Amino acid sequence: MSTVMKTAKHGEYLPPPDPPGLRKWLRDNLFDGWFNTILTLLSSAFIIFVGIGIFQWLVNDVDWRPITGFPTLYAVGQYPRDQLWRVAFGITSFAFLIGVSWGRSGGILRTISQFIGGFFTILALLPVSHPELTLGYRLFFISIPLTIWIGLIAGRSSFIKGRTFIILWLLYPILYILILRGFEGVEFLDNVRTTSWGGLLVTFLLSVGGILLSFPIGVALALGRRSSLPVVKAFSTVFIETIRGVPLISLLFMFSVILALFLPPEARLDRLLRALMAVTFFSAAYTAENVRGGLQAVPQGQIEAAQAVGMSNIQITSFIVLPQAIRAVIPAIVGQFISLFKDTTLVVIVSLNDLLGIGRSIINSRPEFLQAQLEVYVFIAAIYWIFSYFMSLASRRLETSLGVGQ
Amino acid sequence: MGYDFLSSPAGFPISDPAIPYDPTDSFGKAFIVGVLNTLRVAVLGVIMATILGTFVALARLSNNWLLSRISLAYIEFHRNIPLLVLLFIWYTSVFLQFPAIENSIRLPGPIFLNQRGFFFTWPRLNENGWIFTTALIIGIIAAIIIWSRLRKRREITGEDTNYARNSLIALLGIPLVGWFIGGGNPYWFDIPFFEGFNITGGLRFTPEFSGLFVGLVTYTAAFIAEVVRAGIQAVDKGQREAASAVGLNNFQVLSLVVIPQSLRIIIPPMISQYLNLTKNSSLALAIGYQDLFSVGKIAINQAGRAVPVFVLIMVSYLTLSLITSAILNVYNRRIQLVSR
Repeated sequence: MSTVMKTAKHGEYLPPPDPPGLRKWLRDNLFDGWFNTILTLLSSAFIIFVGIGIFQWLVNDVDWRPITGFPTLYAVGQYPRDQLWRVAFGITSFAFLIGVSWGRSGGILRTISQFIGGFFTILALLPVSHPELTLGYRLFFISIPLTIWIGLIAGRSSFIKGRTFIILWLLYPILYILILRGFEGVEFLDNVRTTSWGGLLVTFLLSVGGILLSFPIGVALALGRRSSLPVVKAFSTVFIETIRGVPLISLLFMFSVILALFLPPEARLDRLLRALMAVTFFSAAYTAENVRGGLQAVPQGQIEAAQAVGMSNIQITSFIVLPQAIRAVIPAIVGQFISLFKDTTLVVIVSLNDLLGIGRSIINSRPEFLQAQLEVYVFIAAIYWIFSYFMSLASRRLETSLGVGQ
Repeated sequence: MGYDFLSSPAGFPISDPAIPYDPTDSFGKAFIVGVLNTLRVAVLGVIMATILGTFVALARLSNNWLLSRISLAYIEFHRNIPLLVLLFIWYTSVFLQFPAIENSIRLPGPIFLNQRGFFFTWPRLNENGWIFTTALIIGIIAAIIIWSRLRKRREITGEDTNYARNSLIALLGIPLVGWFIGGGNPYWFDIPFFEGFNITGGLRFTPEFSGLFVGLVTYTAAFIAEVVRAGIQAVDKGQREAASAVGLNNFQVLSLVVIPQSLRIIIPPMISQYLNLTKNSSLALAIGYQDLFSVGKIAINQAGRAVPVFVLIMVSYLTLSLITSAILNVYNRRIQLVSR
């Protein structure tokens, strides 16, 4: 008892606490009582069991041929090999633009630029020799971080004006799609049908396109659902609730099969575009609900204050309400974007060749690859994991930099 | 948009139907089989995913560092990989890799595990078995109602209502009456056995069902774990401390203070996870389990009536979603009221 009674009197000091050593940490976190000790032992057994399983698989059975044999196929699908400069051009110009954006505002764009730069640097320096990884490709990959760096310098200087910068960003997606697609009968830029696009290219087009298009539509739907015009309100509500009530593959199926039955043959849209529409509308409905949550969180006093200083309704919505609403729901929206990115795999079901579709067609191309399905799926899962994890990481940084929840 | 074709024969088989079905049955029947197949995987999936997700959440909150890290790895693994990829992995790399039927793995029971699925011994109804089964269900429900009513009355009035004895009487008495009315012997055991190169009898889980079920459950559990964790963490620490200070034991602190409050936070996002699981079950199409969507897709090809069938599919999913959220919203409103 005497030790407990010993309290600090005036001018007297307690002994310093135990140094935070390894033994203390182990005792506090792993062997704190009999129950915790049992849990630790069971967990260790589980880790060892799984670890041995993975190790044995990697050492004995694994067959990476379905992956190492076709890197370009995974990247761009059947896109004509002599036309790959078009894809490369798009990546390079994106790298430049993202570099400029980093130079202008920093923050989250810095994280994204570093991720892209790092990704291509690793690709360029891969310590393997592979017939498809030629010196030309390596030079192209290493040029990406350099381009980002050039963009960064251009962005920091006043070389590119604000308006030019925004126009460049708006033009970029349209220009990139046009270059990828090309034009009938034009030399150097011949038409490449979307049926031959595939792999990561399609995955990224669908997810980036879906994110860029679904966000404004979602915001519009969210505003529509709170509108005082009954028709707008009813339309938005029915649209959102219907889409949220059905699975994505039924939408994909509707756009790719059913819609075609109503349209005359000459008005039929491109397959990829139809899939993009389905993904966009699906994601827009969910984004709308997220944004609506944010709209409800904006205090009424903000709107009244804005009215008091004489702002118009449009001004209030775009300068007062939306910025606060969207800031409050950034985590939810990024979460929605991550699930959109993952959901693009469903286009396999309407037989588009995204990353997963390419993987499956490689598996089915040769009987011996049927034994190596797990390897293909693990490879694809790893790619999705890296990008999704990076997106959630970036979202967390964005939250801290915007001070959400403080 | 005529729906007369619903009564004409479907002409296509459905593997693993939830109720007996034959290709000569009508399109309408085929459609109902599809709905039941979806419900089967969704209802079982929701129950299992909730249990697994709660365990993962508790592991995540454990003060055992190692266990908490394993749980984190589980959550991050599943949240960042598309469900479709996970389904392919479960189906092709796990459930199709079991030994061929002649080398079945035998477990006591008997349970057979092989490429064609899992075969369990399973009790089935005898002729009058439904009488006892109904009585059993009524008995359980009556026991629960009597328990909660009488217990509440005791709490309010203080009179001795003997709630434990009375509900035990209902729990045992009603099924006993059912047993004698039905003439005893309500069940027989359907034991799987080899017949030539096939296994007949028993309850069978096909690899398609198992792949979809396990994939959906493990995937959704990761999301449910995050929901549950957030709900438990949202209960103020002071609440626990106050509860222990007034002398509640650990179990009482959890069941009377922490869980009722965290449920309020957990239920709304949990509803959307349940709906997600139900909608995601349509990925069955990719691995060949015949649910509502895949039966509908075959029906479109067979009947040549794309629009009416498609409307049926959409309306069925919408109805499922609306019913699920309506039920859970009623429950949600009840527990929200408790908190005042």
